[in-house]
Amino acid sequence: MRSRTINCDILIIGGGMSGCGAAWEARRWLPSSKIIIVDKANIDRSGAVAMGLSAINTYLGLKNGENTVEEYVKYVKNDLMGVVREDLVYDIGRHVDGTVHMFEEWGLPIWHDKNQPERYVREGRWQVMINGESYKSIVAEAARSAADEVYNRVAITHILRDGDGKGCGAVGFNVRDGTFYVFIAKAVVVAAGGASQIYRPRSTGEGMGRTWYPPWASGSAYGLLIDAGAVMTMMEARFTVPRYKDGYGPVGAWQLLLKARQTNAENKDCFGLHKDEIKRDFNGMGGYADAIPTPTNLRVYAVLSEMKLGHGPIYMHTEEVLTEKNEEVGWEDFLDMTISQALVWAAQNIDPTKMPSEILPSEPYVMGSHATENGAWASGPEDISKDHNPRGENDRGKLYFWGYNRMSTIDGVFLCGDACGATAHKFSSGSFTEGRIAGKSAARYIQDTGGSKGSVDKSTIEDLHDLIYSPINRYEKFRDTVTGGDVYSSLLFWKQGIVRLQKIMDEYAAGWGSFYETNEGLLNTGYRLILYLADDFEKYSAAKSYHELLRIWELYHRILTAESVMQHMMFRKESRWPGYYLRSDYPKLDDQNWKVYVNSRYNKHEKRWEVWKVPVLEIVG
Amino acid sequence: MPTFVYTSRCVGCGDCVDICPNDLMHFNPKNRKPYNIEPEGCWECLNCVKVCNRSAIEVRGYADFVPMGAAIDVLRDEKRNMVFWRIKYRNGKIKEFSFPIRTKPWGSIKRPKAADPAQLRSEFLSDEPDIIGIKDLKVPSAPREVSK
Ligand SMILES: Cc1cc2nc3c(=O)[nH]c(=O)nc-3n(C[C@H](O)[C@H](O)[C@H](O)COP(=O)(O)OP(=O)(O)OC[C@H]3O[C@@H](n4cnc5c(N)ncnc54)[C@H](O)[C@@H]3O)c2cc1C
Ligand code: SF4
Ligand code: SF4
Repeated sequence: MRSRTINCDILIIGGGMSGCGAAWEARRWLPSSKIIIVDKANIDRSGAVAMGLSAINTYLGLKNGENTVEEYVKYVKNDLMGVVREDLVYDIGRHVDGTVHMFEEWGLPIWHDKNQPERYVREGRWQVMINGESYKSIVAEAARSAADEVYNRVAITHILRDGDGKGCGAVGFNVRDGTFYVFIAKAVVVAAGGASQIYRPRSTGEGMGRTWYPPWASGSAYGLLIDAGAVMTMMEARFTVPRYKDGYGPVGAWQLLLKARQTNAENKDCFGLHKDEIKRDFNGMGGYADAIPTPTNLRVYAVLSEMKLGHGPIYMHTEEVLTEKNEEVGWEDFLDMTISQALVWAAQNIDPTKMPSEILPSEPYVMGSHATENGAWASGPEDISKDHNPRGENDRGKLYFWGYNRMSTIDGVFLCGDACGATAHKFSSGSFTEGRIAGKSAARYIQDTGGSKGSVDKSTIEDLHDLIYSPINRYEKFRDTVTGGDVYSSLLFWKQGIVRLQKIMDEYAAGWGSFYETNEGLLNTGYRLILYLADDFEKYSAAKSYHELLRIWELYHRILTAESVMQHMMFRKESRWPGYYLRSDYPKLDDQNWKVYVNSRYNKHEKRWEVWKVPVLEIVG
Repeated sequence: MPTFVYTSRCVGCGDCVDICPNDLMHFNPKNRKPYNIEPEGCWECLNCVKVCNRSAIEVRGYADFVPMGAAIDVLRDEKRNMVFWRIKYRNGKIKEFSFPIRTKPWGSIKRPKAADPAQLRSEFLSDEPDIIGIKDLKVPSAPREVSK
């Protein structure tokens, strides 16, 4: 196998929104160092923004006094039912406006208010409207101008740690020609995005790739970090988004800008019907059910309750707000970010000015930048987090600060976007901003400490090389033992593995097929089945091409992600986000015992998980 | 709506192969023209359609849950910096829209300049606070622990 070794100062894994931010900012602070982006796709159109977006969901408007950072933190905290890292959220809020101004400078069309031209048009309190068809291409142009080299089509499978345990690079392969890549770096930024396709999607067959978060969101950020031994946080808070049925068109602009009503089949508002019960069971000490806006998961819960009572379908009443005059806004929302929804309308002859459309909660996703907070545990900014360490602790997995902002519990491995946990509501602009924070922090780490010296055993690399290509070798060994087809007694192809994973997660870990409910017994049984899958992966995983090798390593990252989700769900004995999932054996929110982060660490040599609680410290009252 | 390529229009340039975020467009060794090797992995992002200047790629709704007979055409023009959409309903109705994609020419972003090295150990990101439009960086008004 052809192989290449590349030395650099900063290695950025994933050139999506946050990875591009990291490259840009790292360059500003290290003008003459070697900065590299590596991505399994082509960064001009990669990640969750590959299709474009029609809004920037995080912009405070500090310069016009539209919001304060404190208000932003409160909004995020309420939406996640009281459990977020306020230090990290605050940090996003105070920097994010600069990022959006930069995007506009680069040529991203942001709508300006006609009456107050210094202001943007608001979709809702925190969102601004854009014509974002080319959002990712523009941001990628900036990243390409900042990075020394961009390696497109190289999938990273494992993070490397040096003899001292510091992050010092990564290995992977070119998904087209199979070349083995070894990157040796002084610091590593993990920006490999969130995860879809871990739970059985509602879409089926040929359309299985039509999910809300893209099918290429492979949970690599989590898989890479879990495999490397980083501390993870809040992996149980995987979430569900209400979306237009079958096309997965987002609802934000319809709810916030156009103010369309969402009702059950009897034309009644779902939240209104369930408010009392929600208040009784889920208000907690924070009064979450009374918060404005109502937390996303509580709104989903009301919808689910109505569906269970047989009062579906749920309708978005586009016909009440859309006219021939303003319908372009509605179409733009989909054409710039979820084109398939426009096709579903055309295929079903739906005229949105004349009839409502169906809304349905999606399968769960694992990610850290939207209305949820899965990811790795990070050190906070020095000026906010330094004094917030519980006394007497020296385990980073229980601290808020250990020197470098957004550093994971592994020295020299930095986090941003979906990879960084307990920091919800970053979205595209916040993810890029967190990339900038991580990029600067990595630069500072290298300046202060010199970073890793990159001393990795030759045998470690050789072992990884053999491991990475083992699915291809296994296939070659057995390929001619059957007359044809994909059925072998001792080969597991990616498609078979992912469908198995999705079935387990759907049935045991609160997917849509089990109405987002689970309990101790289900989780224990499901977990046993996941372990068999993980074991089968080790013994039988097979690939016929480099493309399938990509898929099989994506599956590896997804399995590790799923394992951690289950570990966390087993540990948290309450229902904190009832619309995301309900533990039917603990069907209420329990602030007394569970207003905590759940953190974990995986020891891959012993195949053992450690899971523990960390108290929530609030900095904004 | 997975993609497919018309043999007669495709010249085999490979642009769609280069752009697909999910590594789906691969050359068919028999005719050296690309096709979607894994329709069930297609997100319908239409990036392959937008990049094909021969209009050789089309999409069709997922046969297993979307009625057939509708179509979407798109033309993305980096000179005029506009994207043009044409939506054909199953019942024949046509809708057309166009939107801006960028306000600056492509390739206009320059390699960024060095930030002030004296600020490396501060909390300022490059060009802050000016770029935010305020005078200083915010810190929590009461940086204190209010619970536990
Ligand atoms: C349909 C949809 C609508 C949305 N709407 C909005 C909106 O209106 N406004 C808003 O602000 N935000 C919106 N978002 C959210 C926003 O897109 C995300 O928050 C943001 O993109 C997250 O950034 P990230 O860098 O963490 O991940 P991504 O941008 O997804 O980037 C991850 C990158 O890692 C690469 N990668 C993954 N695995 C590997 C690997 N193993 N090796 C190498 N590279 C790898 C990927 O190819 C990708 O380039 C939306 C998202 C979706 C999907
Ligand atoms: S971009 Fe169009 S012309 Fe070029 S290879 Fe693809 S389908 Fe053929
Ligand atoms: S529509 Fe998108 S995901 Fe589908 S083949 Fe084209 S580029 Fe790939």
